[in-house]
Amino acid sequence: MTGTVNAAFEINGITFDYEGIPAIRDLSLRIERGERVVLLGANGSGKSTLLRILDGLCFPTTGAVNFAGNPLTPEGLQRNGYGLAFRRQVALVFQNPDVQLFNPTVFDEIAYGPLQLRWSKENVLQHVDETLRVLGISHLKERAPYRLSGGEKKRVALASVLVLDPEVLLLDEPTATLDPKSQSQIVDLIQQWKGTTKTVVTATHQLEIVEDIADRVLVLEAGAVIGAGTPSQILSDADLLLRANLVHAHRHSHGSVVHSHPHRHGHSHHDHEHGPSGKS
Amino acid sequence: MSQSFIESTLQGFARAFSKALISEQAAIQPGLLQSLDPRVRVVGILALVIAVVLCHKLAVIGAVLVLGVVVAVASRLSVWSLATRVWFVVLGFTGLISLPALFITPGDRIVLVPELALSISAQGLRTAALLVLRVETAATLTTVLVLCTPWTHILKALRSFRLPTEIVTMLAMTHRYVFLLIETANQMFESRQSRMVGELTGPERRRMTARTAGVLLSKSVELSHEVYLAMLSRGFDGEVRLLTDFRFRVHDYFGLTGFILAACLAIWMGR
Repeated sequence: MTGTVNAAFEINGITFDYEGIPAIRDLSLRIERGERVVLLGANGSGKSTLLRILDGLCFPTTGAVNFAGNPLTPEGLQRNGYGLAFRRQVALVFQNPDVQLFNPTVFDEIAYGPLQLRWSKENVLQHVDETLRVLGISHLKERAPYRLSGGEKKRVALASVLVLDPEVLLLDEPTATLDPKSQSQIVDLIQQWKGTTKTVVTATHQLEIVEDIADRVLVLEAGAVIGAGTPSQILSDADLLLRANLVHAHRHSHGSVVHSHPHRHGHSHHDHEHGPSGKS
Repeated sequence: MSQSFIESTLQGFARAFSKALISEQAAIQPGLLQSLDPRVRVVGILALVIAVVLCHKLAVIGAVLVLGVVVAVASRLSVWSLATRVWFVVLGFTGLISLPALFITPGDRIVLVPELALSISAQGLRTAALLVLRVETAATLTTVLVLCTPWTHILKALRSFRLPTEIVTMLAMTHRYVFLLIETANQMFESRQSRMVGELTGPERRRMTARTAGVLLSKSVELSHEVYLAMLSRGFDGEVRLLTDFRFRVHDYFGLTGFILAACLAIWMGR
């Protein structure tokens, strides 16, 4: 172990590309243990790629990633002891639940991770039942995952990771495509982890949930961090949000006065002034 | 492309899904094969398949086929489902492959088609029948095994015979890949149906089918890669771990002995 044990992840100058198309560009950051970080960015900003790098599923072309002070490399993860310890501590919920559901029943799906991580049978049974109950999906237990609705699939995918009770949770668009009730259930869940030792890194472009689920926000654009701060700092920086394509310039009229302002969905109010020419 | 073609394709996908679901249900219901340890099922069926391959007598292969059907019925599988899933399909494909053997195998002529200057020999007929019956029997036995055993149990049984993890991973991925392929194809056809107006000409249909097949392949390969990453993320290392432990009980020894005896008998009588 190297010095900085308080950091869950330390990322130093990493780059990553998909067959020549850059996805991450010279990115450096540090995520503390117990911190709730939101990676905020539009589609294609590199959020999902960064989460995969943090989960040791792909590795940067240049630069280095450390987890709990140890280098995260393919060779390291091949070592049985380290690989197993890493998978026990870090878990990722994929954006597309379909890729995460490959077992014949919901019960098998949720039990898959604990069994792979060599939990005892009693422990697996107990935790799977508990997770099914907490997420309100006990009635789906015997159903085939590929026959569930989109929202149900998402909840099962989340359950399949939450059952592991990992130290670090990586969530890729956890509330996308969910109905408002399911969305608020997941936000409530992430809120519960505030002040615990659990590190939660959430990738999203939904501004309305950021304040509830983040201690710190990193704004990504074209694979680079273009802004960082507390949720209120980031959400009040209209120029930054506009630059990251998270809001758009909205032109409309109030009677005879036409004006434009940055607009984001999910918020019905905005501050604006009308200039002498009818624009602000 | 006509509306009816797309509709029938969609119905085909729906049927594939429901068949998959029925298969899973069959694998967990009580029955003869289901009551045996999965390792016994795999070894027993494999032994019978090997016996069928080594057997040279039609009557003996026919007897193994009957045994397979009896096991299927005792395992609560429907004979009609076997007929539609295996027998008709195999008869169509293998029958076509074995057709030339009827005419080109030299021997005693039993039928003459003078208009085509072709004749069917008794030996040709026997060769073709042997091929069709062997394939029918082997396919029936393996289908019975797959329908009566959850896929994960088959994989774990294979691993317990020291089959390399790479092969087990490949089989596990193939199983998931088939579902992804059906799902993706279904979505593509639905999306196409929602944008279709009027009829397409023959060449247009062929171009569209070729394009669809190409896109489908790329999409499903990408999805399969994602599935593999999702498996890795939850600790998959090629080993299959299940909640149920495989344990040999008295009736498993009887079952295994029965399968091996039947296989040995078939090889001896069919030599």
